[in-house]
Amino acid sequence: MAILQRLLSHDLPRSRWLAIVLVVMVIGLALTPFLFPGTKALNVAAKILVFIVLVASYDLLLGYTGIVSFAHTMFFGIGAYGVAIASTRLAVEGQVGFGALAVGIGLALITSLLLSLVIGLFSLRVKAIFFAMITLAVASAFLTLASQLSDFTGGEDGLTFKVPALLQPSTSFSDEPFLGATLDGRFASYYLLFVATVALLLVMLRIVNSPFGRVLMAIRENDFRAEAIGYRTVIYRTLSNVLAALFATLAGCLLAIWLRYNGPDTSLSFEIMLDILLIVVIGGMGTMYGAVVGSVLFVLAQSYLQDLMKLGAGVVEGVPVLAQLVSPDRWLLWLGVLFVLCVYHFPAGIVGRLRLAARGRAAPSVAAEGGP
Amino acid sequence: MNTTTTTVAGSATTVEIPKASFDFVPLALVAVLALLAWPLIGSASSWLTLTVAGLAMGMIIFIIASGLTLVFGLMDVLNFGHGVFIALGAFVATTILGGMGDWTASASLWRNLAAVFAAMLVAMAVAGAVGLAFERVLVRPVYGQHLKQILITMGGMIIGEELIKVIWGPDQRPLPLPEALRGSLLIGDAAIGKYRVLAVAIGLVVFAAMLYALNRTKIGLLVRAGVQDREMVESLGYRIRRLFVGVFVVGSALAGLGGVMWGLFQQNVIPQLGAQVTVLIFIVIIIGGLGSTLGCFVGALLVGLLSNYAGFLAPKVALFSNIGLMVVILLWRPQGLYPVTNR
Amino acid sequence: MIDVLLKLDGVHTHIGAYHILHGVDLDVPAGQLTMLLGRNGAGKTTTLRTIMGLWPASRGEIRFDGQAIGGLGAKLATPDIAQRGIAYVPENMGIFADLTVRENLLLAARNASRVEQIDVKRLEWLFGLFPAMKKFWLYPAGKLSGGQKQMLAIARAMIEPRRLLLIDEPSKGLAPAIVQNLISALRELKSTQTTVLLVEQNFAVAKALGDHVAVMDDGRIVHRGAMAELAENEMLQHKLLGLSLAAHQ
Repeated sequence: MAILQRLLSHDLPRSRWLAIVLVVMVIGLALTPFLFPGTKALNVAAKILVFIVLVASYDLLLGYTGIVSFAHTMFFGIGAYGVAIASTRLAVEGQVGFGALAVGIGLALITSLLLSLVIGLFSLRVKAIFFAMITLAVASAFLTLASQLSDFTGGEDGLTFKVPALLQPSTSFSDEPFLGATLDGRFASYYLLFVATVALLLVMLRIVNSPFGRVLMAIRENDFRAEAIGYRTVIYRTLSNVLAALFATLAGCLLAIWLRYNGPDTSLSFEIMLDILLIVVIGGMGTMYGAVVGSVLFVLAQSYLQDLMKLGAGVVEGVPVLAQLVSPDRWLLWLGVLFVLCVYHFPAGIVGRLRLAARGRAAPSVAAEGGP
Repeated sequence: MNTTTTTVAGSATTVEIPKASFDFVPLALVAVLALLAWPLIGSASSWLTLTVAGLAMGMIIFIIASGLTLVFGLMDVLNFGHGVFIALGAFVATTILGGMGDWTASASLWRNLAAVFAAMLVAMAVAGAVGLAFERVLVRPVYGQHLKQILITMGGMIIGEELIKVIWGPDQRPLPLPEALRGSLLIGDAAIGKYRVLAVAIGLVVFAAMLYALNRTKIGLLVRAGVQDREMVESLGYRIRRLFVGVFVVGSALAGLGGVMWGLFQQNVIPQLGAQVTVLIFIVIIIGGLGSTLGCFVGALLVGLLSNYAGFLAPKVALFSNIGLMVVILLWRPQGLYPVTNR
Repeated sequence: MIDVLLKLDGVHTHIGAYHILHGVDLDVPAGQLTMLLGRNGAGKTTTLRTIMGLWPASRGEIRFDGQAIGGLGAKLATPDIAQRGIAYVPENMGIFADLTVRENLLLAARNASRVEQIDVKRLEWLFGLFPAMKKFWLYPAGKLSGGQKQMLAIARAMIEPRRLLLIDEPSKGLAPAIVQNLISALRELKSTQTTVLLVEQNFAVAKALGDHVAVMDDGRIVHRGAMAELAENEMLQHKLLGLSLAAHQ
């Protein structure tokens, strides 16, 4: 038990329901190849893992430091493109080694580090709204850049590439399925993602529960006071920006490794940025666990809910507007409504509500601004 | 503003009157840009075509962005969902113009204009009404909390876009120009799009109307004062809250108008129109100075002209011309072209 | 028997976590000028802002002409309080720098939607008191000197008849000669029987204008009475304000 506490950096779920949900989710993800056979299930699970890292990194920025940035997908894309470009260009006789992968990941991290430093130092001296607008513009420019530099990035079509042999789907470790799971490169890739996700998430938990994390939260609550106490808020904010960018980059690398493809829409699109926002708010800002719960629910819904909604649509078929409202294609509408409700009523999202119910005390306070 | 003040405090005799001169530099920039482009483009006729196109685009952007900058200046509210009103206006236009098929197909300019104006009026009314609801339901509850404001207005955009898809379907819809507005006028060698001329005219009218309202009416005075010091205006006995709602509604209506014009410009509309234009208008109001109408006007014209010139001269670079312009302007004047005092 | 126009009863004000006013009891008699004195940080500005509704009173009551305008009885919004006939001249003067002198005055004239609608006699009177205003009529108010801005701020509060004027440290940062102009202008204002609550740290101004005086310290009123009394009692001055009359001139 003590080991578990230390592993989670003493940031426990603090709610029985939340703990149960998390355990179920973790076990489900850990054993997906065995429990849910089929390509689609594995793809959905891999997407969940990537999103957990991506959204958790955004929670670090938004939930814990109180910074709204729309450039997050840019770093996600840098990671994905790093792997994609390295694997494309450093392929030796059609084979990609782990060395090439390392180069790709390394270069991507360095690029993200530099970019996030520049953005952080340049923009964080201005008001939050200004910063948000600038990140939006920068991300948009980056998207255009990626589409335009076709020689480098594959343009609109993107890049398809190979991964190291160990991870290639065609590689087979055993002819016989093991407990229901096919032991091939996919299997290996999946567990690479799983281990990486768990590790990264635990590191992020460690960061937000460290003295550094506490300063971030102090800045989020009242940056004047934090500055008065003696913390150079610009430095902390920039660091937070950089860390969030680096983790997002790693998430991008994982995505590229899994998909063996990357294009502008896969990682840079504004839709993904909106998805991140939706998940982090509905899951729970400033909780980290919100990213886990939110990502699982969101990706599952995105992949399977459509079928469920088709049933509902069947019932009201023919009724003009009503049919459209429950059309599975319009699930984003309801998500948007839920999002708005969460921003206004439940800033701590699902996790916050569960904790509130469990304790009867105030949920972890989230970025609520205002005041004199 | 340029003044040469040498007031001697306390002395009632030797007091000099400050020369209040108007800051022409940003306005001059527009002319400078146009003139610089001439030799680069080469032919006068191409230049003329591009310049009118650029001005037209700029006017439309100004109409769309003007509401946004005023709302921000007055109440520190940045509506990330402003794009919703633009898209709404455009889609309403498809319905209205679609319904007035015989008027738009007619060769009579007056019938065409009537149809277009009808569409504009309805679009403005609808966008304004939705703006009223938007302010009441989404903006008012989180007033003063910037973070929540950004998030909730984004949510509003998502919901709005989806609702547009519910009503008009998720696909692209055509918005063809009426008969008499198609094609170009020939001035010498230059082909000037007829619709573009109309857009410039409408833009100028809207700009003039805004300037009049802001500078010659008491309400406009209240808005300008409120942008500088909201608290003092309240202390003088004015309920600025109501004023704000009014400005928000007008801003939304203008966005609707802009949406119609944009849709006709592109000759088709998509539900993602709002999100697409959002980055552009943000860049424009940052360039112009948050809260400044004149700044917004100049910024929009600069962006419109630059996009067209760059698109002709160096298409690859053109996509970044807006951001590049923003960076250059901010390096010169970090608060924008016409910074608003007390911001 | 002098009527009390403004009455504060046990008013407390909290700003965030800070408890600034600790039960202020203040009577402002009608038609007279009441000085509110005190050291820096005593709570004088907070008192004015609380009366204006810019900061809510967390406890106690504020009554204007018998009607509750703040505190537990009623929490009126600032515009509504202003509409009752209370004018506020804040410490930073609240001049709209980008607007002209003309526009600044027009704003303050609630009953006029155009400059032509402002009472001409009133305007002439103000021009007499503040000649610079006429000179700089069409120029941006931000270009005026500190003293001229202060005059404009007070002129704004006088452009239409008001029942109560709240003025916060008008002499702050002004040269002595200007302060004299200020005193003359405020004397003229007094002659119209307008009720004034004037916050000051400059005792010379206080002595020249005040009919009544209230001294604040630590968010409370620690002395109240006639100005004449306080002006004669140097020991009391020293005790309350930490300085004597002579030292502060």
